[in-house]
This record gives sequence, structure tokens and C-alpha cells, in this order.
Amino acid sequence: MMTRASPGMKRRGPGPRFVAQLLFTVLVCAFLVVPVVLSVLAGLSENFFVGVRSGLTLRWVGQVWSMYRDSIFLSLGIAIACLAVTLVLGVPIAYVLARRPSRATRLFEELLVLPVAVPGLATALALILFYGEWRGFRASWTFILVGHVLFTLPFMARSVLAVMAAIDLATLEEAAASLGAGFAARFFGVIVPNARYGILAGALMVVTLSVGEFNITWMLHTPLTKTIPVGLADSYASMRLEIGSAYTIVFFLMIIPLLIGMQWLSRERTSSMAKRHGG
Amino acid sequence: MSRGDIRFGLLALPALTVFAAFWLLPMARLVAVGASGPRGVAAYAAIVTDANYFASLVSTVVLSVAVTFATLIVSGIAGMFLQRNEFFGRNVLVSLLTFPLAFPGVVVGFMVIMLAGRQGLIGTVTDALFGIKLVFAYSIAGLFLGYLYFSIPRVILTVMAAVEKLDRALEEAARSLGANPWQVLRDVVLPGLRPALISAGAICFATSMGAFGTAFTLATNINVLPITIYTEFTNYANFSIAAALSLVLGVITWAALAFARTLAGSTVAAAA
Amino acid sequence: MADNAASVRLARCAKTFPDGTRALLPLDLEIATGETLVFLGPSGCGKTTLLRIIAGLAEPDAGGHVWFAADDVTTLPIERRNVGMVFQSYALFPNMTVAENIAYGLKVRRVDARERRQQASRLLDMMHLAGLGDRRVDQLSGGQRQRVALARALAVKPRVLLLDEPLTALDAKLRESLRVDIDQLLRSLGVTTVYVTHDQGEAMALGDRVAVMSQGRVEQIGTPQQIYYRPESAFVADFIGTMNRLTGTCTDGLLRVQGGALRLPVARATSDHAMFRPQDARIVEPDAGALAGRIVSAFFLGSTTRVVVDLGAEQSIVVDTSERRSFRKGDAVGIDVGADALLILES
Repeated sequence: MMTRASPGMKRRGPGPRFVAQLLFTVLVCAFLVVPVVLSVLAGLSENFFVGVRSGLTLRWVGQVWSMYRDSIFLSLGIAIACLAVTLVLGVPIAYVLARRPSRATRLFEELLVLPVAVPGLATALALILFYGEWRGFRASWTFILVGHVLFTLPFMARSVLAVMAAIDLATLEEAAASLGAGFAARFFGVIVPNARYGILAGALMVVTLSVGEFNITWMLHTPLTKTIPVGLADSYASMRLEIGSAYTIVFFLMIIPLLIGMQWLSRERTSSMAKRHGG
Repeated sequence: MSRGDIRFGLLALPALTVFAAFWLLPMARLVAVGASGPRGVAAYAAIVTDANYFASLVSTVVLSVAVTFATLIVSGIAGMFLQRNEFFGRNVLVSLLTFPLAFPGVVVGFMVIMLAGRQGLIGTVTDALFGIKLVFAYSIAGLFLGYLYFSIPRVILTVMAAVEKLDRALEEAARSLGANPWQVLRDVVLPGLRPALISAGAICFATSMGAFGTAFTLATNINVLPITIYTEFTNYANFSIAAALSLVLGVITWAALAFARTLAGSTVAAAA
Repeated sequence: MADNAASVRLARCAKTFPDGTRALLPLDLEIATGETLVFLGPSGCGKTTLLRIIAGLAEPDAGGHVWFAADDVTTLPIERRNVGMVFQSYALFPNMTVAENIAYGLKVRRVDARERRQQASRLLDMMHLAGLGDRRVDQLSGGQRQRVALARALAVKPRVLLLDEPLTALDAKLRESLRVDIDQLLRSLGVTTVYVTHDQGEAMALGDRVAVMSQGRVEQIGTPQQIYYRPESAFVADFIGTMNRLTGTCTDGLLRVQGGALRLPVARATSDHAMFRPQDARIVEPDAGALAGRIVSAFFLGSTTRVVVDLGAEQSIVVDTSERRSFRKGDAVGIDVGADALLILES
């Protein structure tokens, strides 16, 4: 995710163009960041209308915890389950795509991406119309899990595929086979470890997407299966601003470690690739 | 079939089954439902034949196109600047600009409310300065702002990656022939970035067309297509029209992304 | 074409990069109008940095100045120096045709379209590229691209023409033939030219003067003959062509080595080492030469034969001879080197 700067020849001292562009970029940054700061403050202040002067408090966060605790746990649970499923489905698929590039596999890759290319609404509608009769399934958290898996699987597969395609899988496997390793041994002992960056990046991506998924989940949820984004929409619509803000803070707290993890991982990857190529 | 082929087939089977069971079949059913209503197969043309739905389509397209252009310009300037300059705090700026990537549409809607809602920052500032409280979160302007909010981080990353791949020697060559910075931008840099910009623009367009959460939170009177579809389904139980409209929308977004892929080679699609 | 040619003068130009690397140590340099000066040296010696300073793509450290004729251009960026530059990768614009590439500098100078077309076609003819004006850049061969890059640089009637290793990307045969073409072109145009290369053959063939560089410094600057026959440092001597080097003890104006003794030149009669070119040594009968040794190997190169002779005590020398004898491994031979062909240099 992080790219390194590639500076050109600079005149001595920052020119007017540099300053203008810097100001513009900072302005854009402010546009994105200021409302985040505002909502964090709103979630932590006694009274939003009075502002921070009314004092800082954690009572709204506490209220959110008591009201939406189930949603928070459900979101986490679904995210972890989603990760497990996409690992089991996605890593083998990525392997097949990497080792057997053909028309059929490319077509399959295109198909896999469809739940992402098409609005979540359509995917959700299709699921409801097809499985709506199965009461048990429809009302269970697994219904939401299905939606999440459909949406995040391409990201896991792509991430792992990218790493696998960059290393010479065929030769590694042949080397392992020549030393007597059967397929299972090769898969778990050679292929998976060499693809770990892709798997890790994919994992972080899947969890982040699952925690934040709304478009599909909103259609699929029931009052008993609410995730964090569903709860957020509820609180924005019907609760006072402080609650909505506090709930948003909880969401940020979950997302930020994941994002930091992804950025750290991409930095690690670029530096390890540089080392491997003597860079 | 060799043993290797069987093995590959077995490895791909779980994903294939899940996909077929939970997407292909339901989608096929959706297509059928779309044609099963009172209008029959004509439901698929309703998006242009019915005045309401057509208006919804037009407003969604206009909004998406406007957002795409605005995003390309804003992200183009900021992305190029960040990629080409090394300075204290640059990495912080890049992190801050890309962090909203993970926000779902609902949160983006809330951010717009924070800025332009009834108690929003902009309203408070204009009230203090001019005595009039400017509130536009629940109008098309607010929607525009929201769409801009989730589009900028995505496109900035694409722009930065594309700028990094530019051949600097071309710019130096243009300069050696006497071109000033604007001419270098017009004659060398922008033509070089064109495929990446078009691709990023197509992805931006597709994401905006299909965006639901932001419009939902802002609960506007503006009907964008995803909201129209939602209303038909939940309020009016018009399953067939909802199915038909959502499929048409799906084809539009898919086509835009496929176009982007032919230019760039890979997609970074995500919903909002 | 030569009307705009300017002389170039550098004073105290140095370049230190932000990470502390001293790419160029302070140097003074003068290039006469119409002269072709070649910067020659291994990679990392600073020749490209020097070229970029002259071009205006890099600024010298504080205190350095660059003049084109009487104009101080130190603070002028490249787009205002009116130079013509040929890049190692040619840097032809992929979004323009060949003719548009060549005419780009004129377009930027607001020359009208008809005039641009005429100039472009004149240059296409001059570069033997007639008829290729409407091609796209990726449809050209390497040699053709090189000539388009040259035509583009010349179209603007530059004050100084700068070439950054223009032949490096081509295969050997093409390099040879293009070298001749470029040489003729530069001579006929009379434009002041700065040429950077790591290839000695190119440097010697094309330069009016050659500046041999190493580690940010100009080791020696002179005509190709001066550089070759009168190297002023061991680096230059080693870098240009092949150089034999003998070390021994010195008595009575003779340099004594295991294989014999060489008479040293009068001015340096106390040196304990001496260098000479392979073609300055003569192979004679085994007992008739100042040195004696055994042939280790002989390479027949067509016009000359390169014979490697072992003098003992782990010293061997290379002799280029045009004699048509057979030289067999193990034969005993004698070697003579005239005192005036010996070079004594500080290390």
C-alpha cells in the first residue's frame, strides 16, 4: 500500500508550485481527516452541541458497549469465520490459477470477481430470493457469512495469486518432489510458506472488508444478526449524535490496527524483496 | 485427464461449489424473477421506459460522472505531488489520505453529516462568518461530497503507482527541448498517465454507481439507483422490478470494470 | 546549424548528493566553440553528473558556475538553456510520430506548422530517415531511434549538443557504423558537443579532446593521441588500451628484472618501474634482446598477433607484432623496448 517517493531534480528551496501543491494536498487531507477527528471528539464529549468544553467522558462509549455488545462480537466472529473460509477456499484456488493458467481458469477468475463487480444489493437480493424459504438458514449468522465470503474471496485469491505468480512454483515443487515429498507435504511445507506474504495480506484485507461490509449485510440481516456497520446505520438514524459517534470510535478502534498491519506488511514485503534481489 | 488435472480439479472444487451454490444459482433465479412480474421481460427495459426509474438512472449516472471527474483532478494533483516529492511528513500525509479506504459507506455518510449536517462544521463556520448556517448534507451536494470522500483514497493510490512507473527521461527530454512545466505535463506526463487515469476513472464510476451505504445514511430525497432498488424491494415488495433493476445496474458496473481492466490489467474494485 | 554554437566554461563545479556522496570534485573546464569533448571513464566516475550540470538538469554545489559563451547559465534550468540532448534510452515520445518528435522543440518555440514540417523533413533526409515521418516510435529499429533522437536534438539549433552514452544500447556492429556517421555529422555541423561514454574506441574516434575521469575527478584532458601516448597517471595509462608494467631494481640507469635489463630514459633514470605499450616492444632472437623470456600464449588477431611473454619472477608482458611468424608456446624469445617508449608515472 505504501509507495516510496521518487523525487526529481529540485531547485534550491521550495518554489511557489511546491507550496501551492502542498497546501492543496493538505486541504484534501483535512477534508478526509477533520470529520474523523470531529466524530471522535463528539463521541467523547458530554454534549455535542456544547462541544468539548462540556467535558470528556466515556459514558457514550460505555452505552454503546452495553447496547451493541452482541453486534460487536458477532462482527468479530463473522470476520474470523470469513477468514477461515476464504483461506480454505482461496489458497487452493490461487494455487490452481497460478499453476494452470488456461482459458478455463481465467474464466473462473472472472466469475469469482463478479460478486465484487456487481453491487452488493444484487448479490443480497439473489440470496434472499433463493434461500429465503429456508427459515433456519435465513435467520442465522451463517447467511451473512455467505455474503461476506462471496465478497471477500476474490481479494484473498488475488492477493495469494499475485505472490504465487511471482515465484517459480513449478520448479520449487519439482525440487520438493525429487526429495520425496508427496503433494500434501509439498503444499503445506513449500507452497504455503512461500506464499505467506500474500496469505497474510489477503487475511488482513478479508478481515477489514468483513468488519466494514454493509451493502450486502444490510439486506441479509435480521434483528438478531446485526453487525457493526448495521448497528452504525441504526445509531446514525435513530440515536443521538454522541452515541453514533461513540459507536464510530469503536469501529475505528477495530479498523486501525488492521490498517497499520497492512501498511507494515507492504513495507516489509518491499524491503524483503529488495534484499532478495540484492537491492 | 491426468492425475495432476484431477488434483487441480479437486483443489478448485470447494470454491467452485460454494460459488455455484451461493452465487450462480441465486443469480440465475434473480434473472428469472426479474422477468416474472406484471411487466414480464419488459421489466428489464423499465429502467429507460419508466419515467421514475429513468430519472433515477440519470441522476445516478450524472452524479457518478461528476464524482469521477472531480476525483481524477483532485487525486491527480495530490497523488502526483506526493509521489514526486520527498519531505518531512510526507508518509504521514499518504497514510492519512489512504486510511479512509476501509470506511464503509455508512461511515462516510456520517462523515458528511459531521461536515455539512445540521450541527456540522461547515454550518457552524458559515454561521459565525455570515450569519447563515449552510446545511447541505442531505442534498445532492452532500451525496457528491460523500462519494468524493470514498473515491479520493482509492484513486490517489492508483495515481501514485502510475506516476512511479513514468519514464523520467521523457520529461527531461521534453525539458531539454525547451518545454516549460505545463507543456511537459500536457505533452508527456498526462499522455503517459492516460491509461491509468481512465482505468481509475472507470473503477470510480463503477463504485459510485453501485454505492448504497452512503446514500442510505444521508437519507436524501435524491433517488439514486441503489436506493430505488432498495425501496422497491423493502417498501413495495416489487421483487421483480427490484431484481430487474439490480441486474441492469450490475451489468453497467461490471461493464465499466471490465473496460478498466482491459486498460490496466487488474482491478482494485471494492464497494462503498 | 553552427550559428548558435557556444563555447562552454565551467568554474569550480562540484556535486555532492543529499546522502553525502561526492559525485564530482571541484573542477574547471573550457570547451571551445564547435569542439567535441568526450568524457570517458568507468561507471561512477562522475561523467554523467558533469553532463547533467552542463545540460541544466542538475545544479553544481554553491560556488560553481557554468557559462555558455558570455552568458552565465548556472541558475538557468535546462528548458531555458537552448541545448540539445540525446539520452541513453533515447526518450522518444511514444505518443507522437517520428516527425512530431523531431519537431517538438520547434513547437515549443512556437514555430508555425508549415515551417515545422519543412524542418522535420529536412532533418529526416539528413539522417537517412526519409519516409519514416509518420511512423510511431515503437515501429523503429534501435539504430533508427538513435537517429531520430539526434535529429530531435539538432532541430532546435542548440548552443551545446549533449550526448549521454548514445550508442551503448546498440549491438557492436551497429555501434561501429553509427560511430562513423556521428563523427561525420558532428564535423560537418560544427556544433559544440559534449559526449559521454565508457567505450574507449568511441572516445578516441569521436573526440577532438578526451577527458578521462575517475572518482569525480578529471585525470587527464587532451587529444586522443596525447591520452594514448602520453598518459599522465597510472589510471589513465591502465584505462586506455593495454599497458605493460615492469617493476624491478634500478642501477646505473638500467631497470633490472629477472629477464634482463632495460635502459631507462635519461630524465627518469632512477625509477624502479616502467610502462610501455604492446606495440612499442619488438620480438627479437632469444639472446639479442634486452629482455629474455618464454612465450606463454599467442593470439592471432588478423592484422597483429598478440604474444604474451613470461619474463620470470611472475612478470609477463604483452607484445603486439605484425610479424608473420609462428609463435609457439614455450619458445624462447628476446624483447627490446626503446627508452623513449618507456613511460614512468606516479601511481
